[in-house]
Amino acid sequence: MNIVVCAKQIQDPEAPPSSFKIDKAANKVAPAPGVNQVISPFDEQAVEAALKIKDTQEATVRVVTMGTDLVSDVVKKPLAMGADELYLIQDEAMEDGDSISNAYALAAAIKKTGEYDLIICGRQAADWDVGQTGVGIAEELGIPCVTVAKKVEVADGKVRVERVVADGYEVVEVPLPAVVTVSNELGEPRYATLKGIMAAAKKQPNVMTAADIGADTSRTGKAGAKSKLLKLYIPVREGKCEMIEAEDPAEAGAMLAQKLREVKVL
Amino acid sequence: MSEIGVMTVSEYVDGALDPISMELLGAARKLADELGQKVATVIIGSGVGDAGKDAIAYGADEAYVADDGKYANYQAEAYATIVEQAAKELAPAIILMGQTSIGRDLAPRVAFKLQTGLSTDCISLKIDTDLKRMVMSRAVYGGNAMADYVSETDPQMATVRIKSQEAMEKDDARTGDVKAIVADADMKIAFIEKVKEEVAGIKLEDAEVVICGGRGIGSEEGFAQLSELAKMLNGAVGATRPPCDNGWIASTQQIGLTGKIVSPTLYIGIALSGASQHIAGFSGAKNIVAINKDPEANIFNVAHYGVAGDYKKILPAFMAKVKELL
Repeated sequence: MNIVVCAKQIQDPEAPPSSFKIDKAANKVAPAPGVNQVISPFDEQAVEAALKIKDTQEATVRVVTMGTDLVSDVVKKPLAMGADELYLIQDEAMEDGDSISNAYALAAAIKKTGEYDLIICGRQAADWDVGQTGVGIAEELGIPCVTVAKKVEVADGKVRVERVVADGYEVVEVPLPAVVTVSNELGEPRYATLKGIMAAAKKQPNVMTAADIGADTSRTGKAGAKSKLLKLYIPVREGKCEMIEAEDPAEAGAMLAQKLREVKVL
Repeated sequence: MSEIGVMTVSEYVDGALDPISMELLGAARKLADELGQKVATVIIGSGVGDAGKDAIAYGADEAYVADDGKYANYQAEAYATIVEQAAKELAPAIILMGQTSIGRDLAPRVAFKLQTGLSTDCISLKIDTDLKRMVMSRAVYGGNAMADYVSETDPQMATVRIKSQEAMEKDDARTGDVKAIVADADMKIAFIEKVKEEVAGIKLEDAEVVICGGRGIGSEEGFAQLSELAKMLNGAVGATRPPCDNGWIASTQQIGLTGKIVSPTLYIGIALSGASQHIAGFSGAKNIVAINKDPEANIFNVAHYGVAGDYKKILPAFMAKVKELL
């Protein structure tokens, strides 16, 4: 059983909103000093989904990460959690892509890493929140895709998925090979163990360029993108909060109710 | 006859057009009127009855209906094939879908099949007359920033956030053709069953009052207290992601970018910091009240009224006073 997980390195989405800055001239997000790089949380859950399968059956988990300015300790986290191999796709030709060009590049990279039965991605990257890449990889590879999973089980050449919908979940089954994208409902990803961290430190990632994966650079990165970012800006917030202050919390609570009644909100 | 400017994908759920369908038609009508073109909609479902006529009454000029028992539940591959074929035949300049359980799965499939640019979860759509393209605005970085996009290829595709667009008043005098369509798809995904996980009481999406708890609530018992307050105010209880992940409340009650989108008259956020990805889920709320220990918490940047302090001490007095006043 060969499982491939796509994991993206992003700026920590849990960082306080006040630390978020934009480089207006470049129309890009400015690097925020003191804000860590992390694996996108949904992608960590994708690693977790893969490792859960590996807990119950013979499986190899390969992680593919595409990006620039990758931080070794960050991209190695899936290895420390228990993944077997790490592939880093690093090439300027992959920069500033959209879902279409990124899915093309990732699909090419996945093919290059070897046989695959199940490809698991996060439902969306927690930076641009687009949510298309998993579906795109499946379309590129010509295999089925199930999105927004909270449970992923493999048996008899099929993957059984519980996928989250607004009023509950749907259970679907699909033959392998397939792509599954996972959501936070899957549960907290496991911690890296000390043994895992030490093993990860010894492992060398396989670094690949566009040429290595045989990608046509007219289809990768900005060159292959169909969506164009016109403008990036920080929304203006009103910031006019009336704070209710009192001698003690109980009094403040009562005053809040009184206030809401006065302004006819209650 | 003018061309199809905008094609929407309507959603037929539990025996009726889902409200997002009317919101999409409302947005489509505005864009198409500006382009001087028509609006078409695709409806996929089982036993959809007069849904086509209803879509016309809500702003469509033409409705294309795929009505078959096998479409009773969402079938990704079949739906994608139908929409792809309709897109190829009608050649719309723009395709709109909802950022819903169906739309967020379906739209990327169609976009990749058509090899065109899709912007997801848009909250505003405008025609730029100079560029002659649709400018799509969406939240990025969990709501910390906004981004305006155009698609450089046709059709220009967007999924639209629930409750971000206004539906038209229903006008039964409007006329338009309703046509049946069929498509055969290679279906590899087998639907086994749907499990509903509905919480008792008022639906979160429909509630006029939403009481929302965060990580600081700390326990299932804490949420029981919020339920009590919600009951008093005839509202529903929601949560940020951590309480759902910790099992203090059903994950169907998560409000935010990847959860439910609510726009109540009154939102009360308790013991939550106000992460941008959560705020994105209730930005349409008319009155926002926040209770949080940390006076610097981001939630106070969007709230209208706030109390800084321990909710465990504030809430009982607040509830007692509410009881007295109502």
